[in-house]
Amino acid sequence: MDSFALDVSHLLAGSLVLLSFMMLYQARMLGLVNVFALHAIALVLAILWQAYTQNRPTLFVTATIAMIMKAVVIPIALRRIVIQLGVHRTIETVVGIGPTMLAGIALVALSMVVMLGVTSESDPLAREDLALALSVVLLGLLMMVSRRNAVTQVIGFMSIENGLILAAAGAKGMPLIVEISVAFSVLVAFIVIGIFLFRIRERFDTVDVQALDRFRGERGG
Amino acid sequence: MNLVLDPVMLVLIIPAVAAAVLALLPTYTLAARINVGATFLTFVSALGLFFIPERPDGLLLIDDLNIVFIVLTTFVGFTTSIFSSGYIAHELEVGRLTPLYLRFYHAMYQILMFGMNLALIANITGLMWVAIELATLTTVLMVGIYRTPEALEAAWKYFILGSVGIGLALFGTILVYVAAQPVIGEGLDAMRWTVLLANVAQFDPSLLNVAFIFLLLGYGTKVGLAPLHAWLPDAHAEGPTPISAVLSGLLLNVALYAVLRFKILLAANGQAITPGPLMVAMGLTSLVFASFMLYRRRDIKRLFAYSSIEHMGIIAFAFGMGGPLANFAGLLHMTMHSLTKSAIFFSIGHITRIKNTQRIADIGGLTESHPTLGWALVVGVVAIAGLPPFGIFTSEFLVISSTFSREPLLAIPLVLGILVAVGALFMRLNGLAFGEPIGPVTPNRMSYLPMFAHFLLVLIAGIYLPAPIVAWFQNVAGMLG
Repeated sequence: MDSFALDVSHLLAGSLVLLSFMMLYQARMLGLVNVFALHAIALVLAILWQAYTQNRPTLFVTATIAMIMKAVVIPIALRRIVIQLGVHRTIETVVGIGPTMLAGIALVALSMVVMLGVTSESDPLAREDLALALSVVLLGLLMMVSRRNAVTQVIGFMSIENGLILAAAGAKGMPLIVEISVAFSVLVAFIVIGIFLFRIRERFDTVDVQALDRFRGERGG
Repeated sequence: MNLVLDPVMLVLIIPAVAAAVLALLPTYTLAARINVGATFLTFVSALGLFFIPERPDGLLLIDDLNIVFIVLTTFVGFTTSIFSSGYIAHELEVGRLTPLYLRFYHAMYQILMFGMNLALIANITGLMWVAIELATLTTVLMVGIYRTPEALEAAWKYFILGSVGIGLALFGTILVYVAAQPVIGEGLDAMRWTVLLANVAQFDPSLLNVAFIFLLLGYGTKVGLAPLHAWLPDAHAEGPTPISAVLSGLLLNVALYAVLRFKILLAANGQAITPGPLMVAMGLTSLVFASFMLYRRRDIKRLFAYSSIEHMGIIAFAFGMGGPLANFAGLLHMTMHSLTKSAIFFSIGHITRIKNTQRIADIGGLTESHPTLGWALVVGVVAIAGLPPFGIFTSEFLVISSTFSREPLLAIPLVLGILVAVGALFMRLNGLAFGEPIGPVTPNRMSYLPMFAHFLLVLIAGIYLPAPIVAWFQNVAGMLG
């Protein structure tokens, strides 16, 4: 593969990491949903570029699914849910923005060290793509643990999923990508429907031990 | 071979067809019977797997290892469906479930069986992943079926943690593919167990190491290993009891099977890290942690959910130790735990139905008011605590003695954890089974048959293991390395 193709795929994968960071410091829910839509579009571009350079038509299907589901349908649905549930003002954080960003930088450094260290023999595309994909996955995990709201958790989960699809698209000739992205889409659709139907506003955990015991039916006795 | 008579296809086709039929069928009595019938037929076809030659290629794989899992899964699926038909009829009577939800429940039960069988039978790492995701999704829906705030919380927690686990497992699966692709070439072959195993010696070991860590964390979440177990007690406590039985008895095993497959792969590579110590560490942590947590439980289903974490810890520990004896013990322990724990959940189903509560403090004196049920619970707790003459005693004894002979220092926390758990279980059992009866004493009308069948099997296994089964397990233990 020539170096131009490599550079473009790194640029696209790198922009996903950058957008993951942007999601970490969003203070408003609607802003977060918008950044997530951008994240999905960056993913679609990255998949399309892989489809073109690796000459694999099945990746176009994956890109189409990602475009329709993650860049259009889910953000619109989330927008409506956020407004209906009245949680669009602010995002409750468990940890402050500053420490979260620092933790994010540490995670990216970690994934670079781990992946570039172990994949020295593989081809450069798979290797650096995997490192960036792992960064996206870890940043998504960080987002899930550092935010309280159910919708933010879902967005965190979907950005993990974007990272995984990025890794799968970068792995040369990996089969079953379409099936995997369909499986993920079903999963995400269920989550979003679940939030909508049951009006899940917050993650249920709380520092109030009494409330926790009540939830678990373990008070007294 | 004829497609219709091929047992490999039948264990997948029967649940799939039954799910479609049950989704369309409005009458629940008939639906419950079809559910039982379909799981029975699946079990019979699973037994048929013994009589066909191994099939090493293609999308599906049958070898000595997964037959054990499939037969166990379909058997417990069958007995649970019998228990479920009585349980669910009662839920309808008291109005906790509507006929529409029941239809959904039965269809989901069959899809769950399909997902688990597919995960066990798949020869493709990616296919196995999709199947485990399917099984997870169905159990999430079933855990939340009562739609109480507690049930929704449990389902949500399970969903989020399970999804993260599934995501990490996928990353591990992709890494294994990346490791395999330069050697085997592009395409489906680089995801086939059989091809992977034949060529694994040439894979990049450091890539496999990282992959295994993701796979262990990802599928380990589904096994319920600490520190990723948080979903398990809630999911067990808030869902319908038949689902608790299937979760503890089967789904945890299926996830463990995935870990074992990758462990075989790593062991065959030679240069990669030995996966054993990681599994030993996670297993011991789960065991010790869960044993101490048992003391604070106030909810009867939660109590036995923590006991499941404890036992999955022992099993992961045994497989992590490796070697013929420890692997044999792990397999035996897994089988015995599935049978015993699902039977205990059957008895808990009867108890909570009579007493109308899950709080341990509101249940008491069962041997006085309901002698059969009360003593069955005593038998169950004695069996799960690992006392003779039941099968779990045999397997725990093997785990402990093999550990003492190889790593005496590891045996100390192992024995400590098991003893602490025994203490907690008997402390709770004392209140539940003996003393003055507490709560309603209405007679039980549901069948005890599935519960007794399981206890009988565990008892027989504890006294005498037939030679063919021993030989089979030894063979599989050899495969596991």
